[in-house]
Amino acid sequence: MRIFFTGVGGQGTLLATRLVGEAGLEQGLRVGMSEIHGMAQRGGVVESSVVMGEVSSPPIPDGEADILMAFEPLEAARALPKCNGKTLAVTSTVPIVPFTVATGQSAYPSLESLFEAVEKRVARFVKVDAVELSKKAGSDRAGNIVMVGVLAGLGWLPIDRPNWEQALRKILPAKILDENLKAFHLGYEAGAAAK
Amino acid sequence: MHELLTPGSDKPHLLLGNEAIVRGALEGNIRFVAAYPGTPSSEIIDRFSRLGDEAGVYVEYSVNEKVSMETACAAAISGVRSMCSMKHVGLNVAADAFMTLAYVGVKAGMVIVVADDPSLHSSQNEQDSRFFARMGMVPMLEPSTPQEAKDMTLAALEISEKYKIPCMLRTTTRVNHCRGAVSMGDLPTESPRGTFEKDPFNMVVIPLVGRKLRLVQLEKMEKLQEEAERSPLNRVEGQGRWGIITSGTSYPYVQDAIGELNLRDQVKVLKLGFTFPYPEALMADFLKGVEKVLVVEELEPVLEDTTRRIAQEKNISVEIAGKGKDLIPRAFELDGAKVKKALHHYLGVPYEQRALFAAPELPMRPPNLCAGCPHRATYYSIRKIFGDEAIYPSDIGCYTLGVLPPLKMGDFLICMGSGASTAGGFSKVLDRPVVSFIGDSTFFHSGITGLVNAVSHDHRFLMVILDNGTTAMTGHQPHPSVELTPAGKVTPRVNLESVVRGCGVKRVFTVNPLQVKKTQEVLQDLKESMKEPGVSVLIAKSPCPLFENRMLPKKSKVVFQVDPSSCDLCKSCLTELGCPAFVWEESASGETCIRINEALCSGCAVCSQICKSIKPKKIG
Repeated sequence: MRIFFTGVGGQGTLLATRLVGEAGLEQGLRVGMSEIHGMAQRGGVVESSVVMGEVSSPPIPDGEADILMAFEPLEAARALPKCNGKTLAVTSTVPIVPFTVATGQSAYPSLESLFEAVEKRVARFVKVDAVELSKKAGSDRAGNIVMVGVLAGLGWLPIDRPNWEQALRKILPAKILDENLKAFHLGYEAGAAAK
Repeated sequence: MHELLTPGSDKPHLLLGNEAIVRGALEGNIRFVAAYPGTPSSEIIDRFSRLGDEAGVYVEYSVNEKVSMETACAAAISGVRSMCSMKHVGLNVAADAFMTLAYVGVKAGMVIVVADDPSLHSSQNEQDSRFFARMGMVPMLEPSTPQEAKDMTLAALEISEKYKIPCMLRTTTRVNHCRGAVSMGDLPTESPRGTFEKDPFNMVVIPLVGRKLRLVQLEKMEKLQEEAERSPLNRVEGQGRWGIITSGTSYPYVQDAIGELNLRDQVKVLKLGFTFPYPEALMADFLKGVEKVLVVEELEPVLEDTTRRIAQEKNISVEIAGKGKDLIPRAFELDGAKVKKALHHYLGVPYEQRALFAAPELPMRPPNLCAGCPHRATYYSIRKIFGDEAIYPSDIGCYTLGVLPPLKMGDFLICMGSGASTAGGFSKVLDRPVVSFIGDSTFFHSGITGLVNAVSHDHRFLMVILDNGTTAMTGHQPHPSVELTPAGKVTPRVNLESVVRGCGVKRVFTVNPLQVKKTQEVLQDLKESMKEPGVSVLIAKSPCPLFENRMLPKKSKVVFQVDPSSCDLCKSCLTELGCPAFVWEESASGETCIRINEALCSGCAVCSQICKSIKPKKIG
C-alpha cells in the first residue's frame, strides 16, 4: 500500500504523514515513510509518503500511489502523475493561493476544473472541507488532523480505530491533544459517511 | 526524556534515518559530536544538540565542516569516540582534513557521516561522495534503511576502532529523511576520559612521517578489504541465473522491483553495505554464478566500473550492465519503477508500464522568502540604488531565494563562500559595480577568507552581509555571532562587525534593512565611495522573524492594510517587493484590489514605507 501526501508548507502534512505511519506501526504493520525537508517553511509544495505491508521503498514512483492525500486542491491536481485508475484520493477543498497567483502572475484555476481533472482519472475522489471541520473542533490549525481522521474513517487502510487514536496520543503534545482528537473524530465521521 | 534516550527495548520506534544514526551513536558511546548543518544531514546535529546535556555528549555546531572534522578527530585521537556529519558538498570543505586524517588515523572510533542529495532536493550539485572514500582510502558503509543506519553506525565504530582509521557512513536523502521501525539497543553508562600519548612521528605529518603512513595506509586497506569480504553487511540474497549488485538506497527499489516483476526465482542480489574497500572476492564469486548482471546504483557508475574491473582481472565471462539508455539513469534519484523498467529492458522480462496521467497546466508554487523576511527589504533597497547595472554574486542560504522574481537579485553562485571571493574577480575584469551577498552563518563558514583576500588585493565591491542572526535555511541553528537563544538575548561570542573591521575593511556600516529610507541613504553613500578602490561592507542586520518569534515572547502585533480609497493599483508592492502576504484579487463587487493577508503579515512595516496607501492596524 502506497500513500502519497501533498500539501503546502505550514499545513502540517509531515505531522499527518507521521501519524499515519505511527498508526500503522501500532497496528503491527511493516511501515516506511519518506519526507522531503528544506523548503517546508517557505510556502513551497511539501510531498511525503507512507508505504505499508509488502512495499520496501518509501518514495512513490509516478503512477503508483494507491492513495492520494491532498491537503490543497491545486496540489491534488498537481499530484495526478502519481496516481493511476485505481487510486483512491482525498482532497481538502480549501485553496491556499500560491504566491504566483497572489501577485497576479498567474490565475488560480476554478475549483470545479481542478476537481474534475482528478475525479475523471481516479477510482474514488473524496472532498472534505478540512478547515471548517478544524474550526468546528475549536482549532485553526488542525486541518491536517482532520485529514488523517478522514483517511481513518474511509477504512481504506487495515488499521483499527484505537490504533489511530493511540498514534495521536503518542505524537501530539498534551496541551493540544484534546482539540486534535476532536478534529480526528470529526474527520473520521466525515470519512465514514463518504465510504 | 528525549525519545532517542529511551532505554533499550524490543518495541520498535519509527525513526528518521538521521535519528537512527543518532541512536546508533549513543548506543556506541560516541561522546563528541561536531557538525555544520546541511540538508539532508541537519537532524543529526540538531537531535544531538537537544539531547547532548542529558546524554553526556559534547555537541558543537562548528563554523564549517572542515572545522567539525578536525575538532571531532582530536577527540577520537584522544580516545573519545566521535562523530561529525555533513552534506555531500560539506565533505568538499572538509576534504583537506579527510584526506590526511586517514593517514594519521584515530585511537577511538570516529564516524564521518556524509549525506548525498541525489535529485538535488536542497543542494547545488549531485556529486557522488563515494569517490571520496576511495580517494582518501577511508572505509565506507552504506545503509539502506533507518534500521541499517543505526546498525551501521555501530559497525562503523567497530571498524574504525579496530583498524584505527575513521569510517565513513555514506547516506542519501532517502535514507536520512525516511522513517522506519528501528529497534532500540542498550545505552552505555561509562563515559571514557580523554588521554593523549605524545607520538609526533606518527601524528605530525611532515613528509618523512607521511611517507611512512602512506605505506601503513595501504596495508590497512588490504586488511580492511579482507574485513569487507567476510562482513555480514555484504550478503547474497535469493537465487537465479541473473544477478543484481546494489547498495544503499537502491536496494529497497531492487527488492520492490523483483517482487513486483515476479523474479524471485530468477534473480539473485548481492546487497552491499560495506562498500569500500570493495569486497572483490565476494563480487567475483557472485559474478561466476550468474549469466548476466545489472549494477543498480544512483549517480555515478562506481560499483559498475569496479565490477567490470574485477571481471576483467579474474577473467570471468559475464555480461555486465549498469548505466545506460533504457537501463539505470545517471542523473537523479532512482525509484522502483525505474528499476523495473531497467530489468525489463536488460532481462527481457515482461513489464507493462502504466500510461501516466499528466497534470493539467497549473500555477507554480515556488518557495519564497517569508512575509516579513528582512532579506526582501535589503534586496528592495539595493535594487533601488544599484539597479540592473550591478553584478550580484550571491551565496547559499534563504537569501538565495532572492534570485526568483520579482526580486531577481542574484547573478552568480557556485558554493558556500563564493559570493565573497567571486565578487573580487568580477570587479577586476568588469567595469560595472559589483554587490555581493552572503549570510551571517555563511560568512563565518567560508566568507572571511574571501573578504581578507579582497581587502589585501584592493578588490572593488560592496559585500552585503545579510545578518538575520541565525542559520535560517537549515532550521535556525546557532552560529558564532548569535544573539537570540532559548535563554533570551545574549551578547554574541563573536561580534560580526568587529570581525569585518579586523579583516581590514575601512568602510563598514550596519543598518536595519527594515528602515528603508536610512538603508537607502547608506547605500547611496556607499555607491559614491565605491568610486575609490577597496572593499565596502554593509551589514544588513535584522533577525529572522520566524526565529525571533520562537526565541522571544510574542510582542503585541501590528499588521498592515491597504487603504483601497487611495490605492491606485500601481502594483509596485507586488512587482518590486513581492511579499507573500499580498494578494491581488477581485472583490465581491467585481473590482480588482490589492489586499494584505493579516494572517501572514508579520508587521515588518517595509511596505508602508514604500507606499502611502498602506497603513498600520493594531490587533490582539
